Amino acid sequence: MTADPAAVSDREQRILGIIETARAKRPKFKAEQVTMAHGAGGKATQTLIEGLLVPAFAGGDADAGEPRGLAELADAGTVAITDSGVAMSTDSYVVRPIRFPGGSIGELAINGTVNDLAMAGARAEAITVALVLEEGLAAAELRAEVEAIAAAADVAGVEIVAGDTKVVERGHCDSMYITTTGIGRIDQRASLSPAALEPGDRVLVSGPIGDHGTAIMLARDEFDLDADIESDTQSLWPAAAALIATVGDGLRCMRDATRGGVATVLNELARASGVAIVSREADVPVRPAVAGAAEILGIDPMYVANEGRMVAIVAPEAAAEALAALRSVAGSEEAAEIGEVRTEPPGMVLVETAFGGRRVMDLLAGDPLPRIC
Amino acid sequence: MKYVDEFRDAELGRALAAEILSLVEPGRDYKLMEVCGGHTHSIYKYGIDDLLPENVELVHGPGCPVCVIPMGRVDDGLAIARHEEVIFTCFGDMMRVPGSEQTFIDAKAAGADIRMVYSPLDALRIAKANPDRTVVFFAIGFETTAPSTALTLKRAKAEGVGNFLCICNHVTIVPPLRALLESPDLRLDGFIGPGHVSTIVGARPFEFIPRDYGRPLVTSGFEPLDVLHGIAMILRQIAEGRAEVENQYARVVPYDGNHAALAVMAEVFEVRPHFEWRGLGFISQSGLRLSDAYADFDAERRYETPGVRVADPKACQCGEVLKGVIKPWECKVFGTACTPEHAIGTCMVSPEGACAAYYNYGRFAREREVV
Repeated sequence: MTADPAAVSDREQRILGIIETARAKRPKFKAEQVTMAHGAGGKATQTLIEGLLVPAFAGGDADAGEPRGLAELADAGTVAITDSGVAMSTDSYVVRPIRFPGGSIGELAINGTVNDLAMAGARAEAITVALVLEEGLAAAELRAEVEAIAAAADVAGVEIVAGDTKVVERGHCDSMYITTTGIGRIDQRASLSPAALEPGDRVLVSGPIGDHGTAIMLARDEFDLDADIESDTQSLWPAAAALIATVGDGLRCMRDATRGGVATVLNELARASGVAIVSREADVPVRPAVAGAAEILGIDPMYVANEGRMVAIVAPEAAAEALAALRSVAGSEEAAEIGEVRTEPPGMVLVETAFGGRRVMDLLAGDPLPRIC
Repeated sequence: MKYVDEFRDAELGRALAAEILSLVEPGRDYKLMEVCGGHTHSIYKYGIDDLLPENVELVHGPGCPVCVIPMGRVDDGLAIARHEEVIFTCFGDMMRVPGSEQTFIDAKAAGADIRMVYSPLDALRIAKANPDRTVVFFAIGFETTAPSTALTLKRAKAEGVGNFLCICNHVTIVPPLRALLESPDLRLDGFIGPGHVSTIVGARPFEFIPRDYGRPLVTSGFEPLDVLHGIAMILRQIAEGRAEVENQYARVVPYDGNHAALAVMAEVFEVRPHFEWRGLGFISQSGLRLSDAYADFDAERRYETPGVRVADPKACQCGEVLKGVIKPWECKVFGTACTPEHAIGTCMVSPEGACAAYYNYGRFAREREVV
């Protein structure tokens, strides 16, 4: 039996048409888990990018014909910069486990970079997201993180303009790593420098310390401890913006107290400015559950990582206003003044203990807990 | 924190400080030794030194379990840890203690499977989860931690866990104290007795100190009020011309010790004829090893170890620091060649070590005023 050539041609045309339509359609990411193919650059990669990442990250409605930034899928995203003061920052996130009480790696990856920019007095305008995925990663886990990234970017009001995806063999990374790079415009009212501290300046923290590191420690189930502690991961831009708007040049410097905690930040600032910083232990806000866990594990909360807490140094006359401004921002209601800047001994951080004695608070020698962010 | 904050009350602390001031004779110097590393840590952490009169000096004793481990024992541990089939486990502060060439952290980076545990039971759990591997626990500590090692071994034996071994470095507190008191270059007026050790052995074993050496000893707790109270009790004895064993830590320490813990120790361990202490040399009857009944769990009997005595580095004066002959900062390498990042001596490694505590907390406290 021979087929009618015209009919074959019709059918071929029809199928080609279907394929064409399918190609033109946005691919759907339906995989159960990440495979090496998702990193190979072919169709699976395209499906991952266009089916999962772009719809989640692209700001404009690409389907409605308004591609901007990321949705154009060019080799580089474009950002309009109109004035000269620009801040840029990059950070990689390798936290284990990737989900923990109060947050996840995706949320951390956005907030971390947004916060680095905020500490420079810059509101994050655009961010890039690079994913390193482990072969075998469950799609549901990937989807959850992609959604967490999108949600955090939305809250922070930052546009994801570019991204990259690589897949490595099973065992060569732990679930997923994320690198984000952000760029932002510096608020002209801010003049910030770690070397700007002067004797008499006050030290503020934007809320209870040690929540993130403690939440991660407990989430790892290595200590048979249970407590209701959630990570503090959040964008610090609203708090930073409130300080800049309220105290202007009275604001000397801001630092987010991530790895190494508040103790490390204070040491870095004391060294950079050649001043002493004296902290009053009794005034440092620490949640009872965090204090309890730290006591049991023999860890000082001052060295525990935070992901949504900052240290701000302000001029003495601006301290009260600055504290009120911080407390008016959601997420920083429990901000506190914890100490002040002195002259001697330069480069050192001292603690007045709640018991009435005094001691040096140096940088930590080892790493008490790896892979917290 | 309930049951903790009560022992850190600043007002009561000031009251005790005033009492201490009233007990000391002006012009007379008092040298008191805190035997236990836990006390050293508390003293610096809470700035207790600051609350004492100038003529009361605290001297750090030999009671930091990590600090007294000699390099040769670390080398023995490393030799075992490097075996392919071995999962080597130890407490976190042991990880950075220098052997003659490497620390456990170095060996881990070089590929050995070395894991930090919080308790010997964690090590036993790892053994049960990895039946095809041999899990070795590097046991350290005084009578405080020895019972938990003993109980873990007892459980391993009862459950027939054949792939769990222990390198026993447990030591006892009385022999080094006796050795210290015999040392001719030592001048001490009294002792803050080791609180945690005493929860096991009681306060009675220390009676030889007032009886044979005429020095008071007060077994004390670790919260700042405990330490200050202990110091006040010692100074009161001196002021009244007494030398006795007193128990400040009675809420935890039974005068005659914990019989159940002592019994399990007696079953699992036996006293070594002698054991090397870092800086103090060999002290007879001062270390424990596994008894014959537990020979199957003894890593030293299963594996060949170098067993070499490695001399302490020449510049290191951990021995003098441990004997209280010099203060940490009087050591030739303190704070220069020897720092917490690059420790030469063990006293700089553990946060309970006299040098590390002094480096972290005490460096500037006495020398410079805060302006």
